Amino acid sequence: MTRREPAVTADTLRRSPLGHLAAVFAEHSTPAEPSPAGEPSRAAEPSRAAEPSIAAERCARLREVPFLAQLDLQLEPGGPAAQRIAAALGTPLPTAPNSVAEAGELRVLWLGPQEWLVIGPDGSAPATAALLSAALRGEPGSVVDVSANRTTLELSGRTAREVLAKGCALDLHPRAFGPGDCAQTLLSTVHVILDQIDRTDAGPTYRLLVRGSFAQYLSDWLLDAMEEYRHPPLTP
Amino acid sequence: MLLIACPWCGEREELEFHYGGQAHVAHPAEPEGLSDSQWGEYLFVRDNPKGPFAERWSHSAGCRRWFNVVRHTVTHEILAVYPAGQPKPVILP
Ligand SMILES: [Zn+2]
Repeated sequence: MTRREPAVTADTLRRSPLGHLAAVFAEHSTPAEPSPAGEPSRAAEPSRAAEPSIAAERCARLREVPFLAQLDLQLEPGGPAAQRIAAALGTPLPTAPNSVAEAGELRVLWLGPQEWLVIGPDGSAPATAALLSAALRGEPGSVVDVSANRTTLELSGRTAREVLAKGCALDLHPRAFGPGDCAQTLLSTVHVILDQIDRTDAGPTYRLLVRGSFAQYLSDWLLDAMEEYRHPPLTP
Repeated sequence: MLLIACPWCGEREELEFHYGGQAHVAHPAEPEGLSDSQWGEYLFVRDNPKGPFAERWSHSAGCRRWFNVVRHTVTHEILAVYPAGQPKPVILP
């Protein structure tokens, strides 16, 4: 008698650096806020219904966004190759330090005066690499698939900025840093690429690109930094 | 902790940078013509001023570019930041 095993493919075998922590991240993250329309019972307390609960006010959420495609692009800005790549991507390469350009599903992060990181969804690296290489057309420069170098943590919620402030010296206040800004910096002494992808009433959303071998440490640190926001504030 | 202004990223804390020693030490044009002591001098002997000192720094935890800084070795005041390859600015005493 033979037992049917699920087909073994590269997709079923591969593991992200933080795949084993998905349940831990969910347990330590504030549940998503319920939509106001879906809570008729709150109508009995009209004065409180308008205020977010303590959990929502202090919410922070963490998850891994594994296997993002990441391509390191190096070339001289302003040259013909840069123009061809801009046309192929549908956006000029950002030349302002630490800024991000969006092109459909792709994000193009400034890493240096001649260096960018092109981030796309899982599985898109070969097609994007081919697109960029064709546009480079043998001019001085390089396109390298570095997807396996880093995994991505996504931190969001109203206290996300406070969580980062415990280990990051950058000014992340909205007056200084917002969607469209990125930075390479240290978070609790770990090299990260910080990319703010969104800001809504429910707080900012940051993506932290971290090398695989530092991902477990950074996750532990973030979970510890988030812990106080799972509880009501201490009153003196 | 020094606050160093990377020419690209702006002010970042010193932990993000790597020190690269004295700036403007030119590689000898004809190293094969140097005596051992002249070669040793090029490799190992550096100025050690009490006052403004031009030195190389790399923004190693950021954009990873090298640039030059004039730092006062007594007060640590940063008197100038300029790209690698540019001449040393004239710093008044
Ligand atoms: Zn920099």
